[in-house]
Amino acid sequence: MTARVTHGSRIGPIIAIAALLALAAAPWWTDRQGLRLLGEIYAYAALASLWNLLAGYAGLVTVGQQAFVGLGAYTLFGLALLAGVNPLWGIPAAGLIAAIAAVPVAALTFRLRGAYFAIGTWVVAEVFRLGAAQFSALGGGSGTSLPASVLAAIGNRAAREQLFYWLALALAAATILAILLLLRSRHGLALAAIRDNETAARANGIEVDRTRLAVFVIAAAGTAMIGALIFLQKLRISPDAAFSVNDWTALVIFIAVIGGIGRVEGPLLGTALFFLLRESLSQLGSLYLLVLGAVAIAVMLLAPRGLWGLLADRLGWQLFPLARRLEPRSSAPPVPAATTPAREASP
Amino acid sequence: MEWANAIIQGILLGGLYGLFAAGLSLIFGVMRLVNIAHGDLIVLAAYLALVATQTLGLDPLASLLIVVPAMALIGYALQRLLLNRTLGDDLLPPLLVTFGLSIIIQNGLLEIFSADSRRLQAGALETAALPLAGLSIGLLPLLQFGVAVAAIAGLQLLSWRTPLGRAFRATADDPEVARLMGLDNRHVFALAMALSLAIVALAGVFLALRTNFDPAIGPARLIFGFEAVIIGGLGSLWGTLAGGILLGVAQSIGAQIDPGWQILAGHLLFLAVLAIRPQGLFPRLAA
Repeated sequence: MTARVTHGSRIGPIIAIAALLALAAAPWWTDRQGLRLLGEIYAYAALASLWNLLAGYAGLVTVGQQAFVGLGAYTLFGLALLAGVNPLWGIPAAGLIAAIAAVPVAALTFRLRGAYFAIGTWVVAEVFRLGAAQFSALGGGSGTSLPASVLAAIGNRAAREQLFYWLALALAAATILAILLLLRSRHGLALAAIRDNETAARANGIEVDRTRLAVFVIAAAGTAMIGALIFLQKLRISPDAAFSVNDWTALVIFIAVIGGIGRVEGPLLGTALFFLLRESLSQLGSLYLLVLGAVAIAVMLLAPRGLWGLLADRLGWQLFPLARRLEPRSSAPPVPAATTPAREASP
Repeated sequence: MEWANAIIQGILLGGLYGLFAAGLSLIFGVMRLVNIAHGDLIVLAAYLALVATQTLGLDPLASLLIVVPAMALIGYALQRLLLNRTLGDDLLPPLLVTFGLSIIIQNGLLEIFSADSRRLQAGALETAALPLAGLSIGLLPLLQFGVAVAAIAGLQLLSWRTPLGRAFRATADDPEVARLMGLDNRHVFALAMALSLAIVALAGVFLALRTNFDPAIGPARLIFGFEAVIIGGLGSLWGTLAGGILLGVAQSIGAQIDPGWQILAGHLLFLAVLAIRPQGLFPRLAA
């Protein structure tokens, strides 16, 4: 028999729901600045979780996810400014457009293997950035802003900021829930198999390329919706900001690395640590990024499975019921291994 | 005439891209490592040359005598102390460690030199030009192209005619068997990285003579080098130079159409090659 439940994972959902309720009530226990910081934390937690899904599970180590952050943001701005669509509709539209765009992007970049795939995705993101800079209807290279008339459709400033906060929380929670459901499904088992040994996964009949394409498309859609919301909050867009490799990939990778790649809990812990580090190092200026880079290298060398990996390995912790364990059937008498091949892992 | 000029400029620029690519291709060939910090190391070499010319009053070309050995030393140490520890079956550690390194170099340079753009001054050499069939060809770009061709010819000779080249090829083919034959892989890898960064030093100095540079331009150089490798075809040094030249020509034709199209045209050529001929235009023939 296999089981996915541990003591920690039994209380996990209860803790998660309680935390979600407490965070949803944040407008009543924190000020505007607090809300904005929390919104940013949710966005990074979701981006890092999606990057972890790509790199940690599907073996798609990309440094080009800023392509989809920017594409989502530009979709929202384009629809609002050029077609007069309510910006809130721009968020699902961003997900849809990015999912469609991800298919040809994957067709090209999947031809590259390993680290070359990583740089290939970066080139695609650069093409998107340079393309956006040529798009003069949205301000070309210098970008554009959302005018007050567009924003008035959503509500006054206080109502807007609350709404954006809840949207960020909902998007992050939905992203993580979707990743959990995906990983618990048949496809999740396929992903874990690909992560552990691609050749063996292929030999066992897993359609590696199709699984990877599906994950790439899902991650693109999620990343684009988060990107659209981030820039809806910023109210201003420019190609360099929307397609920034530092903001939307370097920091995201850093979060996933220190938290732990290949575990759902990793990016969440990583996000918390990253914001703690950022708030305490903010007076350092550009040295702060230097320290982040050094921390990421140290973690990669000393604890390649990240800090959550370290904790989970030592203490057997698991917040989300994902790992499959073999459990002996207590009622059935032990079968001599020599006569009958052990049948394990019945679903 | 304008177009002929653009194409010649593109070819000469392509030599520089060939240099960017050669160092990247060398270490990928020897140890399957893709160095994300490659472009930032090129910029680091440019700043080293700037310091050498400013503090010692050296001519930029003479500064190569300091910058090349210094970068080679940095390469050896980097590989021995850091990168060797990341090599293995898993591709994440080398990728993420060099990514972290890239961020460290960028922000370190930013901290020391600020974001102002700099340039190496080459005096009379900058404006000297050869008249050729009605066109005027700058001596400096020509020199840079010659150095690129010579560097790649040198690498080719080294790979196929020297014991070190044999060691490189042996570890590239099978690191385990190479070790059984008495090679110290850690040392061989470190020598490969030293050689790669010596080429990076050449590239950095010529880049700094050619254009303005600042701490943030590294990643774009990495991308150009990478595009040259893929366009040319993995595993072939002369193909890498040809890839660099095609990229340079595409960029200068793009710039001729519209200045905003310069970089984009290069990327589009790369994507077109990836779509039509993913093995590159001049892949190494199977032995």
